[in-house]
Amino acid sequence: MRTVTANQITETVKNLFLDANRYIGKDVTDKFLQYQALEASPVGRTVLDQLLENNRIAADDKVPICQDTGMCVVFVDLGQDVHITEGDFESAINEGVRQAYEQGYFRKSVVGEPLFRRTNTKDNTPAVIHTRIVPGDKVHIMVTAKGFGSENMSALKMLVPADGIEGVKKFVLETVKNAGPNPCPPIILGIGIGGTFEQAALLAKRCTTRPLDQDNPDPRYAELEKELLEKINGLGIGPAGIGGNTTALKVSIDYTATHIAGLPVAVNICCHAARHAERTI
Amino acid sequence: MNTINIQLPLDDAIIKDLRAGDSVLLSGSLYTARDAAHKRMLEALDKGEPLPFDIKGQVIYYVGPAPAGPGYAVGSAGPTTSYRMDAYTPQLLNLGLKGMIGKGKRSAAVVDAMKEHNAVYFGATGGAAALIAKRIIKSEVIAYPDLGAEAIHRFEIKDFPVIVLIDSQGNNLYEIGPALYKTTDL
Repeated sequence: MRTVTANQITETVKNLFLDANRYIGKDVTDKFLQYQALEASPVGRTVLDQLLENNRIAADDKVPICQDTGMCVVFVDLGQDVHITEGDFESAINEGVRQAYEQGYFRKSVVGEPLFRRTNTKDNTPAVIHTRIVPGDKVHIMVTAKGFGSENMSALKMLVPADGIEGVKKFVLETVKNAGPNPCPPIILGIGIGGTFEQAALLAKRCTTRPLDQDNPDPRYAELEKELLEKINGLGIGPAGIGGNTTALKVSIDYTATHIAGLPVAVNICCHAARHAERTI
Repeated sequence: MNTINIQLPLDDAIIKDLRAGDSVLLSGSLYTARDAAHKRMLEALDKGEPLPFDIKGQVIYYVGPAPAGPGYAVGSAGPTTSYRMDAYTPQLLNLGLKGMIGKGKRSAAVVDAMKEHNAVYFGATGGAAALIAKRIIKSEVIAYPDLGAEAIHRFEIKDFPVIVLIDSQGNNLYEIGPALYKTTDL
């Protein structure tokens, strides 16, 4: 049994959110440069230039890449041989969020109740926490700051087995087409196929944090990722949605077992400011 | 690409000449408002109360800025998605609002009201929030301070980069631009 203090979790979560909101990943910058060389639209190239410059300013000045510093999603793989002491696990995570959003001058974008009063909680808590118990004595924490321009354009559909591969493609392309300029293209698509209603959505969300240079290890799904990416970039939406052939930087798909009657598909859209960071305690 | 420099507030003649796709640098002052501030402004109008600022000839920027760090006028401040304000916008255009800055598509009702009242919809680049903040030289909260980032701010801007997305004739860059590059048929 290894001991990890609640304070260690708080510090880790705080530092991860400070980093995620200020520093874009090298995998994202590399994709920007790759697509900029291929972009046919002059104004599209100008938009990509602006975004590259924006990300440099954010890193140099230690300011957030985007003013929508998002709702905090935290994925934890908690080793079963870890004992958390001096505080409770979820409160420790929320304290990390609170400290990061205060110290980083990040926007507090969470309301405590969604329908009647919508009062801002003023510290960007609560975080959305997904915990898995895994073998070992480590705690792996992955954080993502999810902006709602793109979250609002995400969609889930309970397809039926007869819809098949064509049905999946159609749903994904329609979702991206309907989103148009709203989710801040170039976007990153996380797609979850299979499972139950909520599991498909969770798979899709996890996919948005996959490094952009990694494909699904199953060649059939990797091929589908590639085909969808090409078709999406043929929609013409382009950078900022004003025309061009850089609509998406990556399509990441994951799948899991599902029911004999079902084919759930979840499409989680992430904007070009793909903010996530991870660390192991 | 030619860039047009415009000093705010907007002039009717200038609006008439702007075309979807024009690249513009805006300078002068404008007001911010997003979801919660729009809801409050419309509730005020429903009660017969005045708006917190004189909207005639003004531009509203759809933004909820990040807090300003030490030494900054404003934190990162990119546009939010405009369609969430569509339900409120025709009434504001009717009262004299002349321009909006945001990102994303607008409803047919908004475009119709823009044509009727000679107004323009500009786009700022979504996610270019740190870059845009450098063009905002002063910020002050003028109404609804309890809304935090959603309060109405008055911004002084200098060479603030935008593109005309929908002009006063209803020409729409979100239709014109993508049509040029579309190769996938649905």
